[in-house]
Amino acid sequence: MGQFIQQLINGLTLGAVYGLIALGYTMVYGIIGMINFAHGDVYMVSAIMAVTFITLLSALGISSVPLMLVLVLVIVIALTSVYGWTVERTAYRPLRNSTRLAPLISAIGMSIFLQNMVQITQGARVKPVPTLLPGSLELFTANGFTVHLAYTQILIVLVTVALLIGFTALITRTSFGRQQRACEQDRTMTALLGINVDRTISLTFMLGAALAAVAGVMVTVYYGVVDFSIGFVAGIKAFTAAVLGGIGSLPGAMLGGLIIGMIESFWSAYLSPEYKDVATFVILILVLMFRPSGLLGRPEVEKV
Amino acid sequence: MSMLTFAGVHAHYGAIHALRGVDIHVEEGEIVTLIGANGAGKSTLMMTLFGQPRASQGSISYQGRDITRMATHDISRQGIALVPEGRRIFPRMTVLENLQMGATFAKPEHFDGDIKRVFELFPVLEARQAQRAGTLSGGEQQMLAIGRALMGRPTLLLLDEPSLGLAPLYIKLIFRTIEALNKEGMTILLVEQNAHHALKVAHRGYVLQHGGIVLTGTGKELLASPEVRAAYLEGGAEISHA
Repeated sequence: MGQFIQQLINGLTLGAVYGLIALGYTMVYGIIGMINFAHGDVYMVSAIMAVTFITLLSALGISSVPLMLVLVLVIVIALTSVYGWTVERTAYRPLRNSTRLAPLISAIGMSIFLQNMVQITQGARVKPVPTLLPGSLELFTANGFTVHLAYTQILIVLVTVALLIGFTALITRTSFGRQQRACEQDRTMTALLGINVDRTISLTFMLGAALAAVAGVMVTVYYGVVDFSIGFVAGIKAFTAAVLGGIGSLPGAMLGGLIIGMIESFWSAYLSPEYKDVATFVILILVLMFRPSGLLGRPEVEKV
Repeated sequence: MSMLTFAGVHAHYGAIHALRGVDIHVEEGEIVTLIGANGAGKSTLMMTLFGQPRASQGSISYQGRDITRMATHDISRQGIALVPEGRRIFPRMTVLENLQMGATFAKPEHFDGDIKRVFELFPVLEARQAQRAGTLSGGEQQMLAIGRALMGRPTLLLLDEPSLGLAPLYIKLIFRTIEALNKEGMTILLVEQNAHHALKVAHRGYVLQHGGIVLTGTGKELLASPEVRAAYLEGGAEISHA
């Protein structure tokens, strides 16, 4: 029982992180119909930046943890958005009217480029950061197993929930959100209404990168270590989450993230931690085989 | 100076040479109609105005400005709105959201008055404003597409086959609306296969055939023209080039 609750908490935390990254995949897919395989590496870049700024701000003598977190979040979100914008501008926009395969190849190239850039400039070694939020709440003890709720886990879940509320309001209630959804449904018609479609696409990439940046900062604070290669596996898992939830569906991405986080956490605890990645990929294969539109996705309709 | 001028415009859709040197002009306050058979290039002409596709030769100007190479969204912001072929409403948005999309670049203080006017023209849209647009009937979607275009307060309104596939009752309503809007001062360019209706409401008309203008005149003249009657009103032979 204790073990089960503990894994539920761990899975929820992990799922929040995957969900945040998955939103970026699903938004970009929704608006231009491509999988941005460099998205996981944008997330990795944000985690590396988090390490840099936590170290830098500590050196500057900032000791208040809330202030530190807010500053790091703001700076890393801003810089990662610039990465998102640049990736779209340099690797995808020039291929906008090309074949479907071209931007996909370009995305893989961008992914390799980002990994190598970080490896060369930052080194290949694992980067540690001091623990910002040590400690945890002891919830209860059952059969000698004490269930812990770490402060970082509370932080991750609270930030994710707050972000999702804000993000949902942005997409469903603002003019930008309407323009974004309109672009998903009919780009030509959206342009005919005076909306700058290229700008909307750029902003979508920036928004996706900003959400990934929050995930990157949270993971850095949670695990305390990051390196140049974390984007690949996290990216593929978040992609699986997006596909499981139904690619293009925003609630689907979050739901998929939660499910993948839970499965990974329970699999590690009850079966084998070595094979937890296998669990995710088996799900990806099964979803693609039996329900390609995902849990909350719309069935693919050929556009005329 | 004409409000809208096409001067020797050519356009291609892939390998198809869809417009072959089109010259037309629309004056302020007019209803001008473009008639022609399927595939004559009517819709292409409207889309070329927005740069989709771009004119490969010739020039398009609007209120004295050359808009031939302007970005699509900038052309729209000049005050030109299109009710496109097939309506192209946003099916997964509500009726209200569709209308808000049309008003994206209108002044916010006009919104309440403008939406009230659209609801007066088409009361059914008010009743269904919270409904997903994709669930509307064809006629209701056509009204929504017109309403959406009006929300942008255009000075020139383009309508591409607004009566296509609609029940006679709706066709009547749409044409009545077109006339009413024109009386309020809106300039209208209307593409129609329903030549009889279109020529009756239009001040002037052009007949488009194989991507070129073959005949022009006032609505009355074209209605009376034996060639037009034979080709578009009674169905039959094409007009031989004069």
